[in-house]
Amino acid sequence: MTQLSDSVVARLRTEMQVPDLEGTRYRIVRHLARGGMGSIWLAEDTVLKRRVALKVLDLVAPADDFGARLLQEARILAGLEHRGIVPVHDAGTLADGRAFYCMKYVEGQTLAQHIAAKNIQEKLRLLERIAEPVDFAHAHGVIHRDLKPENIMIGAFGEVLVMDWGLAKVGAPGLRSAENEISTLVLLTPNPSRVTGQGTVLGTPGYMSPEQARGVTTQLDRRADIFSLGAILAFMLTGSVRGEALAVKGNVPRPLRAICEKAMAADPNARYQSAGEMTDDIECYLNGAPVLAYSEGLLERARRIYARHRTAIVLVAAYLLMRVLFILLSRR
Amino acid sequence: MNKVLLGLVLGAILGAIDGMTAWLTPEVRAQIAGIVIGSTVKGIIAGVLIGVFARKVQSIALGIGFGLAVGLLLAFIVAQMQHGYYFQIMLPGGMVGLLVGYATQRYGRGQQSQRT
Repeated sequence: MTQLSDSVVARLRTEMQVPDLEGTRYRIVRHLARGGMGSIWLAEDTVLKRRVALKVLDLVAPADDFGARLLQEARILAGLEHRGIVPVHDAGTLADGRAFYCMKYVEGQTLAQHIAAKNIQEKLRLLERIAEPVDFAHAHGVIHRDLKPENIMIGAFGEVLVMDWGLAKVGAPGLRSAENEISTLVLLTPNPSRVTGQGTVLGTPGYMSPEQARGVTTQLDRRADIFSLGAILAFMLTGSVRGEALAVKGNVPRPLRAICEKAMAADPNARYQSAGEMTDDIECYLNGAPVLAYSEGLLERARRIYARHRTAIVLVAAYLLMRVLFILLSRR
Repeated sequence: MNKVLLGLVLGAILGAIDGMTAWLTPEVRAQIAGIVIGSTVKGIIAGVLIGVFARKVQSIALGIGFGLAVGLLLAFIVAQMQHGYYFQIMLPGGMVGLLVGYATQRYGRGQQSQRT
């Protein structure tokens, strides 16, 4: 028997991964990325003549279980119709037995690439737009569980999309997860951070909450995503990946530091209880109003009020100065 | 508070203050009551006009410009009636218009969107 060289085996493996799209309306263009249980392919919808992204289960994965999970992920996404969540167009099983779903192809930059030249205000506005679909998903009982800069895409026209809902968990809408929640998870992959089950860990270090890092999957609720949003905000403000030991320093204003720290509190009860609550605090900061997470000193308050009403204060001061000058002149 | 009401209140307060400072000019001290009332009414008229403008046009620069113009115009009319004191009347009048113009653009509730 002839032995195959490593390169030939590697080539065969790659070829085997290419999905068999026989009998579908799609045609493969190129490989885009690899996920935990499958790959993302750029494809062309030959009927509508548009580019789409296909998430296809790996051939090597045990199809029944993982196929059901992939379709579950597609159903979750399809149920979350929001401008900040990538829409699913189609789902099914290919001729080779692999499950797949088809979604919008997003051309753009990841969050990390996009924020390089942005100022603090722009970054905060961006975070508000990231939190919006997350809050929407929470209202529908879905927890993302893997929020991180790599999973945020900024489209060519500035649209913000939260991607990769492969670790998402569905429960009853509300704060706590329901007992009969469904998980789209995950995976027996080479990546140890993405192995699931009670007592095991899923998520991304640096962005996952302490309870998630402990592997307490049944007790996770939307506050785990709040932690991740805090970590993303810290990343956006400092440019570095943060763990639980938060030390947002440098030029980050104290109220923003406090917002990060509150969102990333070790105790879920000490965090913001919803993404909306967090963005409200950010909005307060942007508007020069007091921030819930931070108790300011007298001098800081005066500085904030001056910054917020600078023009009005200058105009009133000019008016008063004019009046004083008039009084002085009239006494001469 | 809506922008028109804000303009009215601010115009009235600043107009009254404006009028009261005439007390510091001995030649006109005897007519202080009339001056305060006239100045308050002038402030109210200016404030309402500027408030209405702020409801229609959302621009700080235009709001300040319109406020200044209205304040100066009304002050000019008053100065014409007084046959003098142009500088003493028009400068504060212009400042009041400018202040109200800025305030009505920056603060106060805008026009409600119509329900269909």
